[in-house]
Amino acid sequence: MTLQPVIQGKAYVLGDNIDTDQIIPAQYLTFNPAIPEEYRQFGKYALAGVPAPQGGLPKGHVPFHAPGDEFVSPYRIIVAGRNFGCGSSREHAPVALDAAGIKAVVAEFYARIFFRNSVNGGYLIPFESVKRLCDTVCTGDELRLDVAAGKLENLTARESYELRPLGEVAPILEAGGIFPYARSKGLLKA
Amino acid sequence: MAGMTLTEKILARHAGKPSVQPGDNIWVDVDILMTHDVCGPGTIGVFHQNFGRDAKVWDRDKVVIIPDHYIFTADAMANRNVDVLRSFVAEQKLPHFYDVGTDRYKGVCHIALPEEGHTRPGEILLGTDSHTCTAGAFGEFATGIGNTDAGFVLGTGKTWLKVPPTLRFVFKGELPPYLMAKDLILAVIGDIGCDGATYQAMEFDGDGVFCLGIEERMTLCNMAIEAGGKNGIIRADKKTVDFVKSRDKSGKPFVVEQSDPDARFAREWVYDVTKLKPVVAKPHSPDNRAYVDELKGSAIDRAYIGSCTGGKMTDFRAAARLLKGHTVKVDTFVVPATSEVARQLRTERVDGGPTLEEVFLSAGAKMGEPSCAACLGGPSDTFGRLNTPLKCISTTNRNFPGRMGHKQAEVFLASPLTVAASALTGTITDPREFLA
Ligand code: SF4
Repeated sequence: MTLQPVIQGKAYVLGDNIDTDQIIPAQYLTFNPAIPEEYRQFGKYALAGVPAPQGGLPKGHVPFHAPGDEFVSPYRIIVAGRNFGCGSSREHAPVALDAAGIKAVVAEFYARIFFRNSVNGGYLIPFESVKRLCDTVCTGDELRLDVAAGKLENLTARESYELRPLGEVAPILEAGGIFPYARSKGLLKA
Repeated sequence: MAGMTLTEKILARHAGKPSVQPGDNIWVDVDILMTHDVCGPGTIGVFHQNFGRDAKVWDRDKVVIIPDHYIFTADAMANRNVDVLRSFVAEQKLPHFYDVGTDRYKGVCHIALPEEGHTRPGEILLGTDSHTCTAGAFGEFATGIGNTDAGFVLGTGKTWLKVPPTLRFVFKGELPPYLMAKDLILAVIGDIGCDGATYQAMEFDGDGVFCLGIEERMTLCNMAIEAGGKNGIIRADKKTVDFVKSRDKSGKPFVVEQSDPDARFAREWVYDVTKLKPVVAKPHSPDNRAYVDELKGSAIDRAYIGSCTGGKMTDFRAAARLLKGHTVKVDTFVVPATSEVARQLRTERVDGGPTLEEVFLSAGAKMGEPSCAACLGGPSDTFGRLNTPLKCISTTNRNFPGRMGHKQAEVFLASPLTVAASALTGTITDPREFLA
């Protein structure tokens, strides 16, 4: 992945402390993400551990997958509250969201290991919002994310929101993860 | 120049710098990399993809592979993952592999690491498991990483880290007999929240810490991650050094360090441990703190004593003190963390009488094989897994929705003493009722 300058698509909204057991429950960790066919399987079980009333806020009970496609979700951007990705260090969590078609998450802040895995594996862009957005944005809203400018536009609600700069992780994300980054810096043999 | 904290000193030395400050991004040399059956296959895949099929790991002696998560299951995929580890170990001729079905099999990685002498003061230990922070109890920097980072370390022996600010937690006084390290850490997490230490180091200090045994210190550091901490750490004292020397076959020299008197801590909390009461974390978050006396009498369906945080000898000795000569009122599952713990349960006697295992079995508890078991749910045939929406009181470390199996199951986290007392009454019970 090199950074897409603009990401547009529907929002799926979650609350606070969405831990990695909710993002990908432990019984599905037996798939090996290094095998492409099994990587795809993670898309199917992404967010399978989120209790139904908390899935797709504000109403809840919104399935993450459409009936027509069990692997890839129709949503592109997750909007969440505090401490997204806390709990287990499993990299299967950003893998599952990537496999399901999620391009970016916009949360108030992240648990450290999830953030690091997202960046170093180059799976998705973990943006932090300046204000809490999970009470503002509704699941299904059409969002337009200007990655370079760090701006998020809600085309449905006609609002725009400030995001925090990606800072020191931007070059790693631009390179597509820690391996291509290290190669480009001469830290690894090309 | 201001002094450095213990965490800063270890990181600076491994970056080859005289000093570092919170916020610095540094490349460090790694002393030990640990992986297990859940994240090992992905890590190995990343390693092969990026360094080539024929690549060799950076240092065979520094890689430790401990299958522990999905072991006693008929799940074919889970068993396949252990095979992936086996063939990697054979290909790389790795000496530190604790294979299932052999007498080297250990069980839960975070307890196996110190038992087998892989934890040493002053080192950097990384593992593909969030509770890798447990090893901070040995005065080292230990933290969890993902597969990509671990694959990078396998090939290079290096990783980049951002130096965390350190929070200091000072425990004063000697722990009363009805409290355990689990109560202390649940109290801390209740105070600062499960994101209260995000991106920060948590250093535990004070006479209340140093009077604890090594296993109890491991419980404190184990749950640093439940507050979002990057690492938990306790400086090594004589107990630590004695333990490490008795276990470490390598005889590698190690460096015992401590925070400078003028080190800068981002914040400090002080606890008088003699004034604390037994603590429970209610569903569905480790920071959802209540005191046992507030929940007294709430019915439970099941009790679980096990995991890296609650399945060590200290935990079982505590539980056995209460269970001896009594019968449990609800299904009670006992899971030793490692095979060494399991062996000790069969040999160590309570007051010269029955063995610990006999105490548990005659109290009506079920004994499982050493592994993670139901701590993280796992395949549906996992020992003790909550396959229906039960209420369980558990010595484990995490109670997010679905953690032990069913999404609607309710998990209460507590000390082994509180879990044992609750098993005896079928309701959440203060251990003081049995210890009087
Ligand atoms: S016992 Fe539980 S917390 Fe510990 S390593 Fe195993 S799954 Fe993780």
